[in-house]
Amino acid sequence: MSLLLLLSLIPLTFALVTFATRTERLRPWLVLAAAGCQIPVVGFVLVSRERFAPLAGSWIGLDPLGVLLVGYLSVLFLCCALYVPPYLRLRRERPNRIFCTMLLVFFGMMNFFLVSQHVGLMWVAIEAMTLSTGPLLYFNRNRRSIEATWKYLLIGSVGIALALLGSFFLGYSALYAGLESSLMLGDLKLHAASLSKPWLHAAFVLLLIGYGTKMGLAPMHTWKPDAYGEAPGLVGALLAGGATSCAFVGVLRFYSICVAAGDAAFARELMLGFGLFSMAVAGVFMVRQRDYKRMLAYSSVEHMGILVLGTAIGGAGLFGALFHVLNNGFAKGVLFLSAANIHRQFDSKSTDEVRGALRVMPASATLFLLGFLAATGAPPFAPFLSEFTILRAAVAEQRFGLAAAFLALLLLVFIGMGATVLTVVQGDPPPGRERPATERVQKLVPIVALLALVLLLGLWMPQPLESALWSATAVVEGRP
Amino acid sequence: MSELLNLLLVIVLLFNFLMLGTSRVRAVIDAAAAQGTLLGVAYLTMHGASGVRALALGVAMIAIKGVLIPRILRSALRSQGIRREVEPFVSFTTSLLLGALATGLSVIFARTLPLAGEDANVLLIPASLATQLTGFIVLTTRRKALTQVVGYLTLENGIFIFGLTLVEAMPFLVEAGVLLDVLVAVFVMGIVVDHISREFSSIDSDELTELRE
Repeated sequence: MSLLLLLSLIPLTFALVTFATRTERLRPWLVLAAAGCQIPVVGFVLVSRERFAPLAGSWIGLDPLGVLLVGYLSVLFLCCALYVPPYLRLRRERPNRIFCTMLLVFFGMMNFFLVSQHVGLMWVAIEAMTLSTGPLLYFNRNRRSIEATWKYLLIGSVGIALALLGSFFLGYSALYAGLESSLMLGDLKLHAASLSKPWLHAAFVLLLIGYGTKMGLAPMHTWKPDAYGEAPGLVGALLAGGATSCAFVGVLRFYSICVAAGDAAFARELMLGFGLFSMAVAGVFMVRQRDYKRMLAYSSVEHMGILVLGTAIGGAGLFGALFHVLNNGFAKGVLFLSAANIHRQFDSKSTDEVRGALRVMPASATLFLLGFLAATGAPPFAPFLSEFTILRAAVAEQRFGLAAAFLALLLLVFIGMGATVLTVVQGDPPPGRERPATERVQKLVPIVALLALVLLLGLWMPQPLESALWSATAVVEGRP
Repeated sequence: MSELLNLLLVIVLLFNFLMLGTSRVRAVIDAAAAQGTLLGVAYLTMHGASGVRALALGVAMIAIKGVLIPRILRSALRSQGIRREVEPFVSFTTSLLLGALATGLSVIFARTLPLAGEDANVLLIPASLATQLTGFIVLTTRRKALTQVVGYLTLENGIFIFGLTLVEAMPFLVEAGVLLDVLVAVFVMGIVVDHISREFSSIDSDELTELRE
């Protein structure tokens, strides 16, 4: 058990060291060092995962969802950490103490969330995640970024406050049923059948809204375009791949309590609604979107919709959704980091001023284009497989209307996003920006690594990953 | 015991109205501070006798919600040199009426809820709902970013009142963590409010309109 806490203690210790370090140049490397140190520990935890399975009465444990996400998160963070030194070298004018420290705190809190097996503890972790990302969004210190930070903090905190109320309702549903008062996930699941139904329903609604705010499901997504638009690219990648995925794990944990209580239908209806609505809102706002970073935010809203939609379909659909968590995260990493390269070069986020990126910076623009193809589900990239799995599950359940809507929305997003992406990469660069840029290898390596992961997962599913996905599916849906 | 608790909760409700009816930002902060202190006292009357940990937690609550957080907010207020909430989106009279309506509905609604044993006899659930709704009214109808932070705090206070029914389920560490998170949240928001006032030369959050479709 104590070893599991290391997963968050390593980043937090490095955060302390980073905060105490006086040399600006050293700090980015400390972030990278933390990411590197994390890998062997995560590897050991994953290899001996049976030893860390949640025990009755223990707050900390590694459930199959945790198994799936902990490894993924450490890889994603490593790639983003590789991007930190070259990025901050170009931003020497900004002090980076708070930025580097908070990156590590954020990472530590995501891991802490994943190993928490207590509803209250999960809440503490996710609120701490929100607070630690506030300073990251504010890195650029201008009017626009402060507006984004304010909206993010206020909307996020109110959403999370509702999640706290939902957590209390969950506890009260046990109390009302005359059970021993407990907020331990294991206890709640064990006694799920006897929980008080009205309180459980109210709890799930509030928890879905609260954690859904953190995921960025529509209509609680309003912080997302601002935050992703103003945040440095690597922060966007970590939010879109890390924080939102953690919040989804939260939703799945509460959903599994509903399933165990025999109330799956109620929860599924709700998630279906949120899923379709999120995809539709994302599609509508992506059409004629001129800010390519805000476009990425709407793409994230869309993919969060896909996740809850897959969960609502269930069975293979849930399997696809879980697989999609990884695929979406890696694809978003490619997109956010390559968009950051383009943003830095052109000094603008608007397609009015950013054109012909392929001629100015061929490597970054190609990666951006490939990232777009991956994120919109073009084969042979992995998101194609996971989206196809969800679609097939919908057809297998004979929900043809749903399948058609799903396909139509995917197409809408593809067209909307494609128009913006093509404007960015194709054509002639605006006057004065024609000269080809020198692209630094250090700023390309992490993107290539992420792209390779998306491609690899699309071509070959490693057996351990497949069994981890199936056991996570089984645990959520309460099958042995 | 439950009479004392009810008395405390009635005073909490009165502070809701004070918060809704006044234009002075300072008074709004003071009302939230008083509310936080009362909640700490309520926690102590319910659970203070159960051990040293509960005692420590109750005292920490009073210190954080009643003293520390208000101090952060007051210093943010001083550095901005504003006194009053001018022209809220909904007038003070209307928001008072809304508050009264919310409180009435909370009492009626709480009667229809399936409540366990002794919870039906005390005002915990209606007070919790009414305070949350007050927080929402303040959050949505006021212009000053600082007042909105107080609205968030009030929402949090309302949720906390509900949490009083569940103290056995919340381990000491979790409860302390929640408290710490709220403190840090207000601290971070206080910093952001400060920066808003420097960048925009006011803390009217409706001036934050650069980011839109």
